[in-house]
Parts: sequence; structure tokens; C-alpha cells
Amino acid sequence: MSEQKKMALIASQGTLDWAYPPFILASTAAAMDMEVQIFFTFYGLTLLKKDIKAKVAPATNPAMPMKMPFGPKGFQDFEWPMPNVFMGNMPGFETMATSLMKQTFKNKGVATIEELREMCVESGVKLIGCQMTMDVFGFEKEEFVEGVDVGGAATFLEFASEADIQLFI
Amino acid sequence: MNDSSYDQELDCKGMNCPLPILKTKKQVDTMEVGQVLKMEATDPGSINDMNAWSRRTGNELLSHNLEDGIYTFFIKKI
Repeated sequence: MSEQKKMALIASQGTLDWAYPPFILASTAAAMDMEVQIFFTFYGLTLLKKDIKAKVAPATNPAMPMKMPFGPKGFQDFEWPMPNVFMGNMPGFETMATSLMKQTFKNKGVATIEELREMCVESGVKLIGCQMTMDVFGFEKEEFVEGVDVGGAATFLEFASEADIQLFI
Repeated sequence: MNDSSYDQELDCKGMNCPLPILKTKKQVDTMEVGQVLKMEATDPGSINDMNAWSRRTGNELLSHNLEDGIYTFFIKKI
């Protein structure tokens, strides 16, 4: 085995779809014996909360396929011709789209965000909350899961400057 | 690799990326060096993923096999 690789991620989004990439990559990198830090900033901070309330946002994702997670295969494969840009503004549509996506993930054997986050913490992934955006949005460290550290741009950059992989998500 | 020559087994059937890798890592961590894990998965991405994981972690992927939609891996802890 070669020397330990490092990965530095910035998680800047708080929607359900964008919550997956940082936690999938971080947990897998840790499973591949890499040292990992995720710097949570702006809306990404909400992913540190004990109870994650991430939703999908169809209005800003016109390409998101609208599919049903139940029924016969032909029904599930059908892509509903709902214009997300328009429907996304209907009350309740976001909640419905979120629960459909969660159900589809579950049916397909995909872990939940909470499970992936827990596996990250278990495997030693370091979670860092951005101090500045915490101040701006009024988040306290106490609202976050155990083990979250707080820092700023320099904290991230010091680690990132020595990392083999750096991604902004 | 025949079925009698492994020490532990892990069922990842029905799980999707990255769960088979995360579960495999967790189980391999509990094993002794030299022991062999039999892992079964249905995720078509798992062949590439298990190969990459083994190369990266230095564990040995002894064999993999596809039968009736089930991928069977034998991994030796190094």
C-alpha cells in the first residue's frame, strides 16, 4: 500500500440531491484508507444538523426526472411530463418530490444521508463547520452532530494544500 | 476459489453504491491478516469498485464471479 492519500471537500449545498455526493465520497474515501475533511459552508451547514431536513428543489432542477417509486415496472419507468420549473412553485410539490426521491433511494438500496454521515463519523472523517456562515445564518455548534469542528478558510486551505483530491460540491 | 475456503461472509445483495464497499471495509477491519471474506452483491458497479478498493487498500481480491445476477467476491485481508 502506498502512503496515505488525503481528500478535502467543500460541501456548499443543502438539498437532498446535493447532500449525497460529499457523504458518499467521504465515507468511501475513508473506507479506502484516505484521510478526509469536509468543510461545510453556506447551505451545506444544514447537513451538520442533528436532524437533516434536506429536500429536493424541483423548481431549480428542470432536468430532474419525475418518476414513481411504486407500481408495475412500466409505470415506474414512465417519466411524468411535469414541468419542474412550473410545478416546483406549487405548494406541497417539493415535499412530494422529496418523499418520492427518498422512497426511490430506499427501493434501490441506497443508504440515507444520516446513515452515510454516521459512517463518515465512525470512520474518522473530520467535519468542519464554516464559522463565518454559521454566524451569518445564526447556527450554533450545539445544533450540530457530535464531533463537528469549527474553522475558517485558512483551516480548510491548510489541509487542502496537502490533499491529493480537492472538490467543491 | 471454492466455497469452503473462506473465513467470513457478507451479504450486500440489494445494496447500492457505496454500501457494499463500506460494509466490506468494516468487516475486513475485524478480520485477522490472511483471512478470507466472501462477499455477495448485486450492484453491477461492484466489480470495478471492489477492484479499485482492493488496489487502494492493499487487500487482495482473490476472485470475482457473476452468476444469476449475483456477484461473488473473495477478498483476502493483507
